[in-house]
Amino acid sequence: MHYGMCCLCVLQPRAVNVDLQTDATLQVDISDALSERDKVKFTVHTKSTLPNFKQNEFSVVRQHEEFIWLHDSFVENEDYAGYIIPPAPPRPDFDASREKLQKLGEGEGSMTKEEFTKMKQELEAEYLAIFKKTVAMHEVFLCRVAAHPVLRKDLNFHVFLEYNQDLSVRGKNKKEKLEDFFKNVVKSADGVLVAGVKDVDDFFEHEKTFLLEYHNRVKDASAKSDKMIRSHKSAADDINRIASSLYTLGTPAMFKFEFEFTSSVVESGLLRFCFIALQKIEARVAADEDLKLADLLKYYLRESQAAKDLLYRRSRALVDYENANKALDKARAKNRDVLQAETSQQLCCHKFEKISESAKQELIDFKTRRVAAFRKNLVELAELELKHAKGNLQLLQSCLGVLKGNT
Amino acid sequence: MAASSDRNPPPFPSSEEPEAGLSDMADGDSDEGEDIFVNNSNPVAVSRGVSQPDGVNEEPPDLFSEEEASNPITKSNGVHSDDDNDLFAEAHVELSTDKSGNSSGKDLSSVSGPRTTSSFNQSPASMQPTSLEQLEEEEAKDSFDVDVAVTNPEKVGDGMNAYMAYKVSTRSSLPMFRSKTFSVRRRFSDFLGLYEKLSVKQSLHGCIVPPPPEKSVVGMTKVKVGMDDPSSVEFVERRRAALERYIQRVVSHPSLLQDPDVREFLERDDLPRAVNTQALSGAGFLKMINKASDAVNKMTIKMNESDTWFEDKFQEVENEEQQLRKLHALVDSLVNHRKELCGNTAVFAKSMAMLGNSEDNTALSRALSQLAEVEDKMEQLHQEQAASDFFIFAELLADYIRLLGAVRGCFDQRMRAWQRWQEAQSTLQKKREAEAKLLWANKPEKLQQAKEEITEWEARVTQYERDFDRIGMTVRKEVLRFEKEKAKDFKSQIIKYLEAMLQSQQRLIKFWEAFLPEAKAIA
Repeated sequence: MHYGMCCLCVLQPRAVNVDLQTDATLQVDISDALSERDKVKFTVHTKSTLPNFKQNEFSVVRQHEEFIWLHDSFVENEDYAGYIIPPAPPRPDFDASREKLQKLGEGEGSMTKEEFTKMKQELEAEYLAIFKKTVAMHEVFLCRVAAHPVLRKDLNFHVFLEYNQDLSVRGKNKKEKLEDFFKNVVKSADGVLVAGVKDVDDFFEHEKTFLLEYHNRVKDASAKSDKMIRSHKSAADDINRIASSLYTLGTPAMFKFEFEFTSSVVESGLLRFCFIALQKIEARVAADEDLKLADLLKYYLRESQAAKDLLYRRSRALVDYENANKALDKARAKNRDVLQAETSQQLCCHKFEKISESAKQELIDFKTRRVAAFRKNLVELAELELKHAKGNLQLLQSCLGVLKGNT
Repeated sequence: MAASSDRNPPPFPSSEEPEAGLSDMADGDSDEGEDIFVNNSNPVAVSRGVSQPDGVNEEPPDLFSEEEASNPITKSNGVHSDDDNDLFAEAHVELSTDKSGNSSGKDLSSVSGPRTTSSFNQSPASMQPTSLEQLEEEEAKDSFDVDVAVTNPEKVGDGMNAYMAYKVSTRSSLPMFRSKTFSVRRRFSDFLGLYEKLSVKQSLHGCIVPPPPEKSVVGMTKVKVGMDDPSSVEFVERRRAALERYIQRVVSHPSLLQDPDVREFLERDDLPRAVNTQALSGAGFLKMINKASDAVNKMTIKMNESDTWFEDKFQEVENEEQQLRKLHALVDSLVNHRKELCGNTAVFAKSMAMLGNSEDNTALSRALSQLAEVEDKMEQLHQEQAASDFFIFAELLADYIRLLGAVRGCFDQRMRAWQRWQEAQSTLQKKREAEAKLLWANKPEKLQQAKEEITEWEARVTQYERDFDRIGMTVRKEVLRFEKEKAKDFKSQIIKYLEAMLQSQQRLIKFWEAFLPEAKAIA
């Protein structure tokens, strides 16, 4: 099934965008998006008063790979070692949804027209939801960069925003992917070593311990919330199917006498109506939980990883600094290449201090952002749950009223 | 009356006459003035059900042919005793509205509550007044009830010979029981045994005998072996509830209640063990039904239905059974997903609690712990919802799938009766031909015998025809009663289901309302 959808970005409260300075000097958003067979095209829209740009307002079309290129360029840039690099948006994944739609198309003959239309609507809604989510994730990434005092000035970022041709960013080839793989292996092995080094600075020591544990628990919570939400959706799907089935059951015998006895025309379809409405409510609850809780957890999973990466880089710099110190001492002792060792040591010291300084601020900001995001989402989650439960309650009360009122 | 001999319900060929005395009472009209239970004299209204069979009522043995002609107003009680009038004035009012065809639902349902059963003293096999109104009237008149509960499952014995014994308590004001309340202990095979006895007797007459719940080797083995896990507990509870519904349906059926086997089941302390119950549960039951259907399908002479009611109704029943099966599968799926959701929510709650522990912002930490608690409570709600889905909804569907099978069996019995009749007719024809041959051959002794045989078979043909008509009547009545009961049953179960949901939503609201301020307090 070929799906082309255009989706205007009237995106809802982004789950994780909080406390970002809405700065008139640079505003970025994704104004439009188009989903084609195997890729999504995002229209990145920028409004800026900065002199670096040729115009004050302009748009370009970007694909997912270009976002990744931008993110990687930040990570590889030594100057940014002391910052939490905003996590890259996840790859748009419509495979599952597409598969379901395809299966539905194949099975069209085996179900009634009503059932088919209903299921198609459900799947389309699901597809749209996934689509909206991926757009939101890409937008959040850009907004975070735009809000960061240093990253927003990055040249690659400006090119990304302004250059209206294809960036010709090709995906990594096999060799590069392999390199990445090894880099990660080394990094995690190194990370273990580095983590073992006790930090003199209390603040960083505490942060290290905290982040390690926090990250693992967010990971766990994220996985569990996904599972829970999937079950919820399955239950909602079942209710949907029951409602459709009741449609065929509702007219013949089962409710015939009902109708005669109670002289209520409404009643024969009442049960079906109840189930349909209940299904909608269950599905909505599952969707809201999804947005608020699961997305939040997923985002902070990536953010906490980025924070861990920062700590790792700092620890790495510390180790390098300590090694440089040892080298200098050795050089002085042997009285050989002292100047070289001194320069090297100074560089390491400078690098380390620079990282430490910005890292501290970054980590504090991270905390503030995190608390605010959680607060916002938890409040909204509670409010939505209440809204739905109250709606559900009203529906049930009126159904029961009709069913009981006639006796 | 001249017709009174015709009015006597012809004795059923195969049944004993357990209520012999009573059927005497039930006969005649103006003779038994004092007996308020006499129905036969009552002009049975035409609207005995939704549709009137066209061709079936021509035969003299029907009570109804005469009664149809008479004044539809049921004044049975008034005829007999004045005292009754006052008590039953209300019943009259209700019934007259019934005549008009659209009943006020309230009246009917208050008259014939799920537990009411009349105690007309008639042989179960005999022709009862089959009008709905008469039924209602009897019930209103007597305003008796029989309430049966199945409780206290207890394991008796050990190992593989162990079994579950259930307490069957009856509460009734009917004089036919020895006391107002009493109870006995029964085991599952006793219930099956009861069904066997009833189905043998009653289904032959077109009665819909409620089928018992299914045997389950796996379930029972676990219980026997002494596993105390939640699924065993659930299994026992499921069975107990199913047995209770089963026996309640049996006693709600006016003719079945009269059956001495039912009484024995409810009252007798020491019931002889039922044997050969393999045939009669679950698969066995279905096999029996299907065998009957096969026999019908193999009939060489196809029945020419003068009245399409039976054909249409049968089709309806088959369709409904199919739909219920489909629906039942869906509800089963829902139950499983809810149970899954339950488990996943509990696990999620724990992980949130852990996350809350790691969080170093105190307010957020507390809020996350609170969230974990809310999710825990949600898990419990899901659990209860799943139980409700199952015990109320799924079991209802399962019961009716079985019952519809019984209804189909009923229709098949009628076909068998028709077949018997047709066969008797063809035998009679052969005998007549034989007689004709003998006349020509001039063998007086053999002729005499032939004549006797002809008379015998003529009687049989008449008998079987009557039987067929009677079964048709009974099947019709039974089906209408069944549909009424079904509508009531579904309605009351659905109300229960929705009420359970309502309560759980109310609790959900409480949980989240308590959580909201905690979330807002995060700083």
